[in-house]
Amino acid sequence: MKQSFVTESGNVKKGETVDKRDAKLAMAHIYVAMTALLLGGLAGLLQVMVRSGQFELPWGISYYQVLTVHGILLGLILTTFFIFGFQISAVSRTAGTLSDKQRRSGWVGFGVMTLGTAMAATMVLLNEASVLYTFYAPLMAHWVFYLGLAFVVVGSWIGGFAQIARYIQWKRENGKQPGPLLSFMVVVNNLMWVICSLGVAIAVLFQFLPWSLGLVDRIDVLMSRTLFWYFGHPLVYFWLLPAYMIWYTIIPKIIGGKIFSDALARLSFLLFLLFSIPVGFHHQLTEPGIDAFWKFLQVVLTFMVVIPSLMTAFAMFATFESVGRAKGATGLFDFFKKLPWGDVRFLVPFIGMVAFIPAGAGGLINASNQMNQVIHNTIWVTGHFHLTVATTVVLTFFGAMYWLVPHLTGRVLTPQLNRLGIIQGIVWTVGMSIMSGAMHAVGLLGAPRRSNFSTYGGSEQAVEWIPYQIAQAVGGTILFIGIALVLYIFIQLAFFAPKGQQEYPIGEVEENAQTTPMFLENWKMWVTICVALILLAYTVPFIDMFQNGPPGSIGYKLW
Amino acid sequence: MHIHKYEKWWLTFGITCLVVFLTVLGISAFHAGAHPPSAQVYINQEHVDEIAPFDNPGVHKVEGKEWDYEVVVVASAFMFSPMEYEVPLGSKVKFIATTKDVVHGFQIAGTNINMMLEPGYVSEFVTIVDKPGEYLVLCNEYCGVGHTAMASKLKVVDSNAES
Repeated sequence: MKQSFVTESGNVKKGETVDKRDAKLAMAHIYVAMTALLLGGLAGLLQVMVRSGQFELPWGISYYQVLTVHGILLGLILTTFFIFGFQISAVSRTAGTLSDKQRRSGWVGFGVMTLGTAMAATMVLLNEASVLYTFYAPLMAHWVFYLGLAFVVVGSWIGGFAQIARYIQWKRENGKQPGPLLSFMVVVNNLMWVICSLGVAIAVLFQFLPWSLGLVDRIDVLMSRTLFWYFGHPLVYFWLLPAYMIWYTIIPKIIGGKIFSDALARLSFLLFLLFSIPVGFHHQLTEPGIDAFWKFLQVVLTFMVVIPSLMTAFAMFATFESVGRAKGATGLFDFFKKLPWGDVRFLVPFIGMVAFIPAGAGGLINASNQMNQVIHNTIWVTGHFHLTVATTVVLTFFGAMYWLVPHLTGRVLTPQLNRLGIIQGIVWTVGMSIMSGAMHAVGLLGAPRRSNFSTYGGSEQAVEWIPYQIAQAVGGTILFIGIALVLYIFIQLAFFAPKGQQEYPIGEVEENAQTTPMFLENWKMWVTICVALILLAYTVPFIDMFQNGPPGSIGYKLW
Repeated sequence: MHIHKYEKWWLTFGITCLVVFLTVLGISAFHAGAHPPSAQVYINQEHVDEIAPFDNPGVHKVEGKEWDYEVVVVASAFMFSPMEYEVPLGSKVKFIATTKDVVHGFQIAGTNINMMLEPGYVSEFVTIVDKPGEYLVLCNEYCGVGHTAMASKLKVVDSNAES
C-alpha cells in the first residue's frame, strides 16, 4: 500500500497506454517546455535580484530584455508546449492512437512552433525585441520577432487540428454517443484557442508585420491592443483548462474515486468557451478611446466565468468527499484525512487548487471596472498571475508530469522521486507565498509592475516599497530552487528512472450518473453562441475605433 | 440534465452573490458615475505641443465647470511635463493627459488615479483630492529604457493649515 502510486510493471491494461509513436510526439513538446522552464526561470531569478536593488546585470544586458525572455518563455512557450504534450497524450489515450496523417500534422505543428520560438528568442537575445511579451505598439521590434510569434500561433493551429481530427474520427467510428470526456475537453480548449488566437494572428499579420517591415508607416495602437487582449484573456483560460482537465478526469482516479458528473464537466467547459473570449476590455479598463458602457458590458461577461468555476469547485469537493466517505470517513470534514496526501500526483495539484481560491478572488478585483484603477499596472497584477498561472496551473502540470513523463518514456515514478516531488511542491508553495504575497501587498501601495529598480529620485513612497522588493527576491530565489528540483525530477523520469509501466490514470464516471445529453456536443450551436457573444461585445467599439480613431503611430525603438 | 440538490443550492448562492456584486458595481458606475477613465477624445500626437490645452501643461483654475481645477499633463519618453504641481485639498480636479510618442502610464501612487496614455488619445479623469500630502506620479507602462526615470510629483496642500 505504501507504494500504491507506483503501478507494478505489467499492471497497465492493454489499450490503456499511449502509443509509442504518439508518446514520442508528446515528449518532444515536453522537452521544449522544460528547456523554456530552465531559461525562463533563470530570467525570473535575475529580475527579482535586480528589482531588490542589490544586484545589477552584467555585460550590458538590460532588465527589460530579461523581462521579455521571462514572459515569453514561461507565459507562452512553457505553457503552450506542455499543454500540447499533455493534450496529444490525452487524445491518444482516450480517443485512440493518432492516424499517421494526424501524427504528421502534429509533428509539422511542433516544428513550426519550435522554429517560431527560435526566431523570436534570437531577436530578443540580440536585443532587437525588448518589447515584453505583450509587444505593445508603437514600440517596434524586429520583424523577425513578429514573424516568429506568427509561426508559434500558426504551428499551434496545425498541431491543434491534429488533436481535433482524432476526436472527429472517434465520433465517426462510434456513432451517436458522447465522445470520451478528456478528448472532448481537449477539443473545447483547442476551439477556444483557435477562435481567440485569430485576434493576435490578425494583429501580427496585418498590423505588426507590414509596419515593422516598412510596408506601411503607421499602426493603429488602440486596435492592436484590443486585438491583443481579445486573445490575451482567453490565453489564460487556454492555460487553465488543461489544469481543469487534470482535476476533473485524472485526480478522481488517483484518489480512488469516480468523476462526479460527466455532463456537468462538459457544460462547465462549454461555459468557459463562451465566456472567456468576449471579455478582453477588462484588461483595458483604464484606456481612453473605449466607451464606458462597452467596458462595463465586458466586465459583466467576465464575471460569468464565476459560474463554471463554482461548478468545478463543487465537483472537486464532491469527489473528495465521496472518496473519503467510501473509505470510512464520518463527520463533516473527516474525509480530508482519507485523501492520499503522500501521493505527489494528488498533493501537488491540490496545492494548485487551493491557490486558486485567493487567485480567483484577486481576479475578481482586477476585473471590477472602477476597482481596477487601484491595481491597474501595479505589481499586484504580477502577484495575481503568479498565483493563477505560476501556481495553480504550473503545479497541476508538475503533478501531471510526475506520471505522464514516466508513462510516455516507459519508466516509473519511484518512491524517492515521489518524495522529492512533494518537497518540490512545498518549496514552491513557500517561495510563491512570499513572492506573490509581497507583490500583492506592495501593489496596493502603488508599486508598478514591469519596472526596473528605482527610488524615483528618493520619493518617500518608493522607498517604502523596497523591503517588499527584497521579499520578492527571497521568494523568487526559493522558487528558482523549486525549478531546479523539478528539472532534476524531470531528467530522472525521462532518462534514468527504472524501466516499467506507469499508469495513465483516467477516472470513470459515477455508475449512477445520468446519461450525458447530446446537446453538449452540438458544436454548431456552441460556436454560434460564442461568435454571437464576441460580435455583441466587440462590434460597436471596433466600428468606433475605425471611424473616430486617430491616424495611427509611427514605430519607436526606445531600448 | 440532472444536477445534484446541493449543487443547485451552491450555484443558486453563488449566482445570487454574483448578481448582487455586479449590481453594486453597476450602480456605482452608472448612477454614481464612478467610471474608469474612458474619454473618447482624439488628438494628433505629433502636434501635441501646439494644441490646447497641452500647449500649456500645468494646473489651471477653471470657472463654470463641474470641477475646480484642470491638471494638464504631457507625457513623452521619458518624462512628464510638468515635473511638479500643486492642488488645494478638497478641490475637484480633472486630470487631462496625453502622450507624444509611445504608450505611457499615468499613475498617482497610493490613489485610484490611474490611466493609460496612448498616442492619439486624450485620457481624462475627474476626482476630488481629499488627502493632503506629496504623491509620486509615475509611468506604469513599460515605455523603454528610461521607463523608471519617468516620474513627477503632485502636492495636495491644505491652504488653511498654512495660513
